[in-house]
Amino acid sequence: MSANADTHLHAEEHGHHHHKETFITKYIFSQDHKMIAKQYLITGTIMGVIGVLMSIMFRMQIAWPEQPNVLFQALLGKWAPEGVMDADIYLALVTIHGTIMVFFVLTAGLSGTFSNLLIPLQIGARDMASGFLNMVSYWLFFLSSVIMILSLFVEAGPAAAGWTIYPPLSALPMAQGGSGMGMTLWLVSMAIFIASSLLGSLNYIVTVINLRTKGMSMTRLPLTIWAFFITAVIGVVSFPVLLSAALLLIMDRSFGTSFFLSDIFIQGEVLHYQGGSPVLFEHLFWFLGHPEVYIVLLPALGITSEIIATNSRKPIFGYRAMVASILAIAFLSTIVWGHHMFVSGMNPFLGSVFTFTTLLIAIPSAVKAFNYITTLWKGNLQMNPAMLFSIGLVSTFITGGLTGIILGDSALDINVHDTYFVVAHFHLVMGISALYGMFAGIYHWFPKMFGRMLNKNLGYVHFWVTAISAYGVFFPMHFIGMAGLPRRYYTNSNFPLFDDLANVNVVITIFAVIGGVFQLVFLWNFFISMFYGKKTEQNPWKSNTLEWTAPIEHIHGNWPGEIPHVHRWAYDYSKPGHDQDFVPQNIPLKKGEEELQH
Amino acid sequence: MTALLTIIILVFILVAIWQMVKIFDLAQAKNENTQVASDKDNAVNGYLMMGFLAFIYIITIICFVKWGDLPLLSNSASEHGPIIDNLMITSLIIIFIVQTVTQFLLHYFAFKYKGEKGKKALFFADNNKLEFIWTIIPVIVLAGLIIYGLNTWINIMNVDESDDPIVIELYAQQFNWKARYAGEDNTLGKANVRLIDIDRANILGLDESDPNAQDDVITTELHLPVGRPVLFKMRSQDVLHSAYMPHFRAQMNCVPGMITQFGFTPTVTTADMRQTPEIIEKVNNINNIRVQNSKILVAKGEDPLDRYEFDYLLLCNKICGKSHYNMQMKIVVETQEEFDAWIKEQKEFKNSLIN
Repeated sequence: MSANADTHLHAEEHGHHHHKETFITKYIFSQDHKMIAKQYLITGTIMGVIGVLMSIMFRMQIAWPEQPNVLFQALLGKWAPEGVMDADIYLALVTIHGTIMVFFVLTAGLSGTFSNLLIPLQIGARDMASGFLNMVSYWLFFLSSVIMILSLFVEAGPAAAGWTIYPPLSALPMAQGGSGMGMTLWLVSMAIFIASSLLGSLNYIVTVINLRTKGMSMTRLPLTIWAFFITAVIGVVSFPVLLSAALLLIMDRSFGTSFFLSDIFIQGEVLHYQGGSPVLFEHLFWFLGHPEVYIVLLPALGITSEIIATNSRKPIFGYRAMVASILAIAFLSTIVWGHHMFVSGMNPFLGSVFTFTTLLIAIPSAVKAFNYITTLWKGNLQMNPAMLFSIGLVSTFITGGLTGIILGDSALDINVHDTYFVVAHFHLVMGISALYGMFAGIYHWFPKMFGRMLNKNLGYVHFWVTAISAYGVFFPMHFIGMAGLPRRYYTNSNFPLFDDLANVNVVITIFAVIGGVFQLVFLWNFFISMFYGKKTEQNPWKSNTLEWTAPIEHIHGNWPGEIPHVHRWAYDYSKPGHDQDFVPQNIPLKKGEEELQH
Repeated sequence: MTALLTIIILVFILVAIWQMVKIFDLAQAKNENTQVASDKDNAVNGYLMMGFLAFIYIITIICFVKWGDLPLLSNSASEHGPIIDNLMITSLIIIFIVQTVTQFLLHYFAFKYKGEKGKKALFFADNNKLEFIWTIIPVIVLAGLIIYGLNTWINIMNVDESDDPIVIELYAQQFNWKARYAGEDNTLGKANVRLIDIDRANILGLDESDPNAQDDVITTELHLPVGRPVLFKMRSQDVLHSAYMPHFRAQMNCVPGMITQFGFTPTVTTADMRQTPEIIEKVNNINNIRVQNSKILVAKGEDPLDRYEFDYLLLCNKICGKSHYNMQMKIVVETQEEFDAWIKEQKEFKNSLIN
């Protein structure tokens, strides 16, 4: 509590005599959570543009293999002699696309932005528990982003072993160009990224536990905060394991140890490694890798819970069940990693166990989906762009989640493992869903971040084109996967067997290009509205949560006077006995009004 | 060039949309000046939700009709193939039903309950009975799927050694496959990559002093006698690879430093498979596509494509480096007599060494 008191004092001080903030302390080395959130968002957006651009390039290569392409010529330089994409850079693009989207956009960009923005504002705190660590966390993230981008310009090419960087491919520079300097930079970048993520997560956890305002009991927390909180816990539990895997891999690469390597003959020579196993790396990697899926997804689901309730003008259905399902998903997420490894050579009995735990996850997921749908039922739906993206999230979460029943089933995984079926599945259920969650969050909290509104019509265009192209890309992809087409093939032209799938790939690529280009609508809207958007009211969406009781102008300490006290849960929408269809959390209970036993 | 044109067209579309939005903005300016959804927005987007639902259904139908019966889905060539396929179809049916119903509810509610000014939503925060129902239904369905799935899995993965399977090693390296047959004794000779001696043509690192290795046979095509259980022992000399034989519903990673295994029984010879109506149709379809593509190639002064003939294939399905996309081996399933004749033509290990 002392930190709270401390920042409290600070805020008072500010109120009295505005001590000067320089450009550097306000915009660059800021310790204010709202500014740090914006920094995360902008950095994440830039990384997102790079990641999406990469995917458009490799999709074009798949659709029109080995054809000259001006885009390649312009962007790939020596990697596209006469405009034809090289096979090495194809794998590098796939690898870096995955890395950037999973970690830099959907982990740092999503959690970093919204945990930072919303945790203090929604629990009623002056700032994060440690503003300094928060700043360090952002700058480590920034540094790791810079290193990741720099790795693209390495002579022998960036890392190209897939975003899962399985050794020995990633460990041996002679196995592949990208496994030299490119992979070193990848590992360094990720090590720094993990440090950043851990600092951020610890801060979120401590803040939620210690700095809640008076009356904000855990059962009155908005579901956004529950999601961010549990996400941070999963991060703290699982990211260190990836760090250890990365460190051991660095040792194998540079210091001659044999953690993951054994009995290797490559390029005419026997290497000295003995006794290690790549399967060990797979275990370590997926011990983070699978929880990572939920690190990406849970914040998006939390954001969706909040937005669907607000825009339905209804309480979120089954608050307790929603919290319980978050907890259940978080717990199960740490004991299912083996479903990525059914055919890795691990004991089939272990496969059985992982099938069992994996399919269990479908239960809390189904509860969440049904609760969202029930929240819409008999609502008074306000179709703001944020609401559209939230409904879109539920849609892709269902479509993508259902095919998990196939992939989580070890017997079925045998035949679709590492095919495009997998690509389709995880892009829908975590990629697109989390991206929708991020977009929903941006549309919803843009007024809070920038004091201005995004243009809604551009938002509608953005949503509908994105929604159609997302299904256009990933729905047909299931079918080429079921037809046995492996992922990460530079071209399928060496397999006449797959010639009849070529036109499907063209369709997919066209949708991907349309979807990618229409993100420009969003970027335009975002950057123009930041400066010229219509000024917002204090509570534009008529929402219950505390952030809308704070002034539009950002001030240190968030609230000018005392921090509001909380008297009710966050979802008193359309509650009988009230004139308005919303009752903010800081409004005391009326005489005789009962708080719902949720 | 096509790509450039596509991009130009898309840019034009973008400009057009931008103009449309502007017009929309101007039209609204008189009545309201807010970026919060109006009743009209709610209505328009509500209808679009129904349109989107139709889009999801249509794309589902198109996919199933056009690509749902790709022979790889229906024509398996191993004993356990139909078991996997049945489980797959069962799962797909369940998924299809749940998908259709939940997407309908989601989008229909979004349409039905679109907001209007003055309307008040129902205050409905909790209902234990409902929560119980939609917890217990998935539990039952999943319990069924788990039991069904695990039974299948255990059946496939437990190789019954008493069936006297023919033992074959699949050996992976960047970027090709080798097969090693155990010979008369049906026991693979000891091997380690440290024993590789390229000069003596001992390319798989067999232990030359091991008597079991002497009659081993190393080939670049995988021949399998029909109806006989096969037990594959997988090895890799450099990086991870994955032996993927989609027609047989079989896959296992090849891991340097360890031996992995997978067993199955091929049930349809290559010759018979070529005669099945599904494969004839698929091959014709592919050849039509190849003829079309050849015309384009010839016009450019390049060689036309070969005619495609169906063969079983072993593909690499774990990213393994630059030429990962071309790491394949032909699989021939044939009668026991054909197989015996073929294996007799191959050189035994002891005779293949260069001294």
